[in-house]
Amino acid sequence: MKCAPFDYVRASSVEETVKVLGEAAGEGKILAGGQSLVPVLALRMARPAVLVDVNRVPGLSTIRRLDDIVEVGATVRHSRLVEQPEHPLLAEAARWIGHTAIRSRGTTGGSIAHADPSAELPVVAVATGASVTVAGPHGSRDVDAEELFVSALMTSLDEDEMITAVRFARPARWGFAEFARRHGDFALVTAVVTEVRGRPRITFGGVASVPQRATTAEQALADGKPATEVARIAAEEIEPTADLHGSVEFRRGIAAEMTRRALVQFDSEQEHSR
Amino acid sequence: MKISFSVNGERADLDVEPRRTLADALRDDCGLTGTHLGCEHGVCGACTILIDGEPARACLMFAVQVDGASVSTVEGLQGTDGELHPVQEAFVACHGLQCGFCTPGMLMSACHLLDTKPDADRETIRAEMSGNICRCTGYQSIVDAVERAREGMCVPAVRDSNTAAPWGATFPEE
Ligand SMILES: Cc1cc2nc3c(=O)[nH]c(=O)nc-3n(C[C@H](O)[C@H](O)[C@H](O)COP(=O)(O)OP(=O)(O)OC[C@H]3O[C@@H](n4cnc5c(N)ncnc54)[C@H](O)[C@@H]3O)c2cc1C
Ligand code: FES
Ligand code: FES
Repeated sequence: MKCAPFDYVRASSVEETVKVLGEAAGEGKILAGGQSLVPVLALRMARPAVLVDVNRVPGLSTIRRLDDIVEVGATVRHSRLVEQPEHPLLAEAARWIGHTAIRSRGTTGGSIAHADPSAELPVVAVATGASVTVAGPHGSRDVDAEELFVSALMTSLDEDEMITAVRFARPARWGFAEFARRHGDFALVTAVVTEVRGRPRITFGGVASVPQRATTAEQALADGKPATEVARIAAEEIEPTADLHGSVEFRRGIAAEMTRRALVQFDSEQEHSR
Repeated sequence: MKISFSVNGERADLDVEPRRTLADALRDDCGLTGTHLGCEHGVCGACTILIDGEPARACLMFAVQVDGASVSTVEGLQGTDGELHPVQEAFVACHGLQCGFCTPGMLMSACHLLDTKPDADRETIRAEMSGNICRCTGYQSIVDAVERAREGMCVPAVRDSNTAAPWGATFPEE
């Protein structure tokens, strides 16, 4: 199917984007990489009256290192995340997103705003305690990633708000493991183990409607329990649902193994040279 | 909306509805039907083209977005004298196509791959080309073709065990 008609606005600033979204009163959508939005439009699962293209808004495509934080602008493409040296965990996670022609268009802001439960960047955002910078009609605010993701494909963003940047903390150590059926597919399970502000975090993608932390397993890890034990606790703690890709038991099994692998990498990492 | 962009080095001036995808504009307005449409959801890769040198799905972009940009499609690969591009030649030599539906996207992905990773090994080629789906060839001959193009037209020296014919036959080269 083809998209329903819409008005197209090529925005030249964040202010203009927010203004046009406000005027559209819920009928407007931001167009970033289009890698998730355009299929949705083509299926007519959404019929916005206005699309605001933010691809040419200046100042949104920079990656900046600020001490222990890496600030990624909203329109930074996944392919650039793969290449950047500032945040190795982000680079590793971005490598797992789709295929080359998807990564060369898809953006950080788009992935976070789309909030797909199997997407990589939302998991890394929660795993690193990221803060999301959001511009709205009354200025800018910061939202914790954990508070941004409400449900599958749902965030706490207002209709006239726009993500301008995401600040990912640089973990002192990390491990990343993912299982997908085929190269480039969305994850069945992603497990990320991080040490952020002196505390370990274990975060999963693909097992719930939003990125999910396994806090009991995190405590077990902090208490020095062995990796297999931590992985077992984590897999019991999460509540995956069955779908055509696998049963609950299958997902738990995969989650335990992905946790174990992420922990191996986590344990073998030295403190990052700063 | 009026837009102008370059396609395979030539200027295109179009007046399009915002909802017109780049793939439809290339095919129906520019008459460049080499860019194929399979899924129109970004999954199959048949519509892969290059925008300012970067690969993109033409079905997931609107034509209005390439205003001022430079687009390369499969039609731009052959030389002005009709001579095939080395990657096209390698696809012919290695039987990298059967029905040819996926081929334009395969070729554009392969060109980008060899441009950016000229020393890609077979594993990298397999991973990088995995975003393009083929219903005919079984992929091995496509990977062979990209390897052959990389070798600058040399015959691939070693075939991996996956591609060796079960009866141990060798593949004749013309
Ligand atoms: C074949 C295929 C495979 C894929 N595989 C994966 C995968 O394995 N893993 C993965 O994570 N993703 C995958 N994706 C999705 C891809 O990562 C998208 O790029 C991403 O989900 C959305 O980013 P985008 O820039 O394309 O956003 P768009 O599609 O442009 O927008 C998505 C949504 O976010 C909103 N939005 C965009 N930018 C902003 C902003 N700055 N502020 C507020 N709202 C905004 C839009 O209005 C829209 O609702 C795949 C896509 C395809 C087509
Ligand atoms: S038609 Fe564009 S990816 Fe299938
Ligand atoms: S040659 Fe027929 S789809 Fe690839």
